Amino acid sequence: MITTRRAQLILATVAGLAFMLITPLAVDLFTLLNLTIYVILAILALSLGLIWGYGGILCFGQAAFYGLGAYTYAVSAINIGESTAPLLLAIALPAAFAALLGWFMFYGRLSDVYMGVITLAVTLILFKLINATAGDQYVIGIARLNGFNGMHGVPPLNIPGNASAILLPDGLFYVCVACLLLIYLGLRWLLASHFGRVIIAIRENEQRAELLGYDVRWYKTVLFALGGAIAGLAGALFVNWGGYADPGLFSLFQSAQIIIWVIVGGLGTLLGPIVGAVLIHYLTSLIGSPELVSLLSNLLGIGRNLDSNLLLGVILVLFVLLVPRGVVPGVQHLWQRYRIKSGAEKSGDNY
Amino acid sequence: MDLAVFILLEIIYAIAGLVLISLGLAVVFGMMRVINLAHGEFLMLGGYAAIVSTQAGLNIWLAMLIVAPLTVGLVGLIVERLIIRFLYGRILDTMLATWGLSLCLVGLVTLIFGNTTTGISTPIPALQIGQFQVVGYNLFIIAVAAVMLAGLYALLRFTDWGLIARAAMQNADMSDALGINPSRVYMLTFTFGAALTGLAGGVLAPLTGIVPSIGATYIAKAFITVISGGVAIATGTLSAALSFGLVERITTLLSSPVLGEVALLIAAVLLLRFLPRGITGRFFRGRL
Amino acid sequence: MTLKRRQFLQTSSTIAATLAAGLPLTSRAQDPIKVASIHDLSGLFDLYGKPMEKAMQLAAEEINNSGGLASRMVEIVTYDTQSQMPMYTQFGQQAALKDRVSVVHGGILSASREAIRPVLDRFQTLYFYNTQYEGGVCDRNIFCTGVTPAQSVEVLVPYAMEQWGKKVYTLAADYNYGQIISKWVQKYVQDNDGEVISTDFFPLDVADFGSTIAKIQAAKPDFVMSALVGGAHLSFYRQWAAAGMKDKIPMASTTLGAGNEQQVLTPAEGDGILLAYNYSRELDTPANKAYLERWQAKFGSVDDIHELVTATYQGMLLWAEGVRKAGSADRMAVIEALESGISIQGPGGKITVDPKTHHCVLDVHILEVKDQKMTVVQSFDQRPPTDTAAVCDLEANPNDTTQYEIKV
Repeated sequence: MITTRRAQLILATVAGLAFMLITPLAVDLFTLLNLTIYVILAILALSLGLIWGYGGILCFGQAAFYGLGAYTYAVSAINIGESTAPLLLAIALPAAFAALLGWFMFYGRLSDVYMGVITLAVTLILFKLINATAGDQYVIGIARLNGFNGMHGVPPLNIPGNASAILLPDGLFYVCVACLLLIYLGLRWLLASHFGRVIIAIRENEQRAELLGYDVRWYKTVLFALGGAIAGLAGALFVNWGGYADPGLFSLFQSAQIIIWVIVGGLGTLLGPIVGAVLIHYLTSLIGSPELVSLLSNLLGIGRNLDSNLLLGVILVLFVLLVPRGVVPGVQHLWQRYRIKSGAEKSGDNY
Repeated sequence: MDLAVFILLEIIYAIAGLVLISLGLAVVFGMMRVINLAHGEFLMLGGYAAIVSTQAGLNIWLAMLIVAPLTVGLVGLIVERLIIRFLYGRILDTMLATWGLSLCLVGLVTLIFGNTTTGISTPIPALQIGQFQVVGYNLFIIAVAAVMLAGLYALLRFTDWGLIARAAMQNADMSDALGINPSRVYMLTFTFGAALTGLAGGVLAPLTGIVPSIGATYIAKAFITVISGGVAIATGTLSAALSFGLVERITTLLSSPVLGEVALLIAAVLLLRFLPRGITGRFFRGRL
Repeated sequence: MTLKRRQFLQTSSTIAATLAAGLPLTSRAQDPIKVASIHDLSGLFDLYGKPMEKAMQLAAEEINNSGGLASRMVEIVTYDTQSQMPMYTQFGQQAALKDRVSVVHGGILSASREAIRPVLDRFQTLYFYNTQYEGGVCDRNIFCTGVTPAQSVEVLVPYAMEQWGKKVYTLAADYNYGQIISKWVQKYVQDNDGEVISTDFFPLDVADFGSTIAKIQAAKPDFVMSALVGGAHLSFYRQWAAAGMKDKIPMASTTLGAGNEQQVLTPAEGDGILLAYNYSRELDTPANKAYLERWQAKFGSVDDIHELVTATYQGMLLWAEGVRKAGSADRMAVIEALESGISIQGPGGKITVDPKTHHCVLDVHILEVKDQKMTVVQSFDQRPPTDTAAVCDLEANPNDTTQYEIKV
């Protein structure tokens, strides 16, 4: 069992490194940029996959930390010019905000549904406030917040210390994949550590963990802050990809998407959220792509009114009803059954 | 003087609006512990039912007060049979499934009606209060909200159905043993909640117009009002709507609509933190 | 579980080969000229986007029927941005890098333009923005074919003030467009010795205007100037009429009708509102009649034509004229051809490119909403984009990419 796990780890690392190193050589610029956004969304999905899948905290407002990271990076990069400090701030500030919010909720011992409402309300507050900053009086330093239109012309990442050595698309791709890989491996390590075991114990039975002497509130707050930090990083990377940050990052639609990624990919795994994000984002992009748009408009013209809501909605309902465990655990389950079956045949056992 | 009356009317209207958009959700949550995130879309469907049937030549009052609740009640019945009944007791799964349903409904309605529909005019003329003119239709909305609330209270408190429903919700096994079919009660309750929501949507439609995505503007507010109200359906919704409506409208009048909504949300966050079982979890216990 | 090294290498090289196969081939001369249409065909803004895309199809068909451009046919590549701003970035990249289009027509909200403009600048793909907007974009890679405030608001404000009086109450959508347009309104009201009593901003999702209607009544303006945008804001006109205010305080708007909103409001809610645009379906010119007939023949109904649709059609004609003159669809050649100041005759009259600003000189009409139609009240010929011209000179600064804002 342990060797299997180690083999998986090595495989993941090698596959990740190979993907990171080979891709920029093998594909054109568009594919590279397109892959970059998938990697960034995968990081975002991991942040919720961690706190929901392992900590049992369903956060309806993961987009709040994503948006906060994006805006922190945008505001500080425009003000400072050099990108190292803004990147660190874009991780630290959402983490601090998540810690504060976590403290507020977990130390109040709120139940699931109430946490849902609070995270939802906090996201809406941030969205409404940032959306109402279009006037020219809303300025932080020299960075204008610009309301609904979002902040544009944000300086991209540069090599630490040298503001003129900015990252080109392949550089950004390396950084994003490296972040994803490090976060994935880091989280695997974390979940295997003492902290991780306590977190899972809390998810399984909060009262029992409490009675064993663990301060559940503290553990949950730390985990929540960690989720916030990862989402914040994803936000900062998104700004680098698109060159802008807009209030849509804070929106409920964005939060909904993250939840859908995680549930489709598989709750309680780390690979699941990544798979879910890639799968769902691919489908939504496909809906808007020239091939599908022209295909649908040829079919009785119905396609003109088809939007991604319908697709996402059907997927979500079907998954909750039919595949509540998600794609990755489902496949793992099938694989194990297959292995047991074939193993049984080989050894000639009969039941 | 007329300014005071005017402001008072605005505040009562804001409260009535919250009651209206929340009551159907409160019935379903309070009795079944199901949070229906497609609630906003049920309001939207009520609006479409009213507008489409009015444009087809039906009397506007019939369209709003009869067709809208019937249509959405029917939708609720179908949804309960197809989705909700498999998920009782799994509160998070229900939320996710109904969220998916909400996206589906937006997509479906867009497919059928597109993103624009001509509205209908409000059937009540404006009202003069001193030097101010107010939307006369607002008074009708206030009246509908009051009637819905009182009717619901009476239904739960004084009728056999109310007694049975409450019994089934409190202890399904026991009422099953006493010859009540809980599955049937759940089905009827969900349908009833949906019909109430359809009525609200139909009545609001002339004032707001209708687009497929309009549910999104309601769901967060309704969700927050219901949860903050707590378990008691009528009292909880009314007390939460009172507090939030007051906070929202006064802030709006003093500053802007955005800060009004933000004030409402902040009030909700603080309220839930310090009364984690909602208002009626702490006060008015045992009411309906 | 183990994986043999050889297997792994095989798999990964297969993946690499598959990815590499997707690389675009260099285009041959007889291939069609690809034109990207990047609009919101679904979601909140599809009311604008869907017919804009149709306008591109119609223009392309007409160009092809008359023999194409530079002996090549024109092919429209359609993307649906689903009213999501990040999609503009994504499809902008796809159009420029993967599909290698010659020109992009698209963008509706200013937010969408600002999301896609840097992408197309960076990957050097010509861009046409065919929407009436707040003005001030100064960028050699973009041509803006819609009306700007100096063209419309400058005539609308004095006309309304003459009719109704000098005290104005402005309502505007709370984003870039509304913020800037309200400053222009203030400037033109002041220029005509009037006064803006108050300017209120509303985020795009606000749908309850009760308190606002109260504030307006207390302020007693002579008329209301509305720069409200989108579906939620339409509630304002409904609630305004429901409060009986429509017969007490008249209204002008810089936005109503640009997406055929007058057809979504009932006559009781819309009648009497004053507007100013380059185009109305009621324009009584032979060019417009012929355009409406061609549209009717192709799509069956002209009900979805609006200002932005016709601007898109005219944008296509301008671009085509540029390609004809340049003799090729190459970006710089077309830009230089357009900068020679060429004009076309569109359904909305004569349109000429202003070389210094990359905006257009065009006709503007004051319109009045009457029975869900926009009737022409007064016409102003060939108005230049003086707002953008005051801050932007691309002949002197070809590398400028700023969007300038007016200071009042």
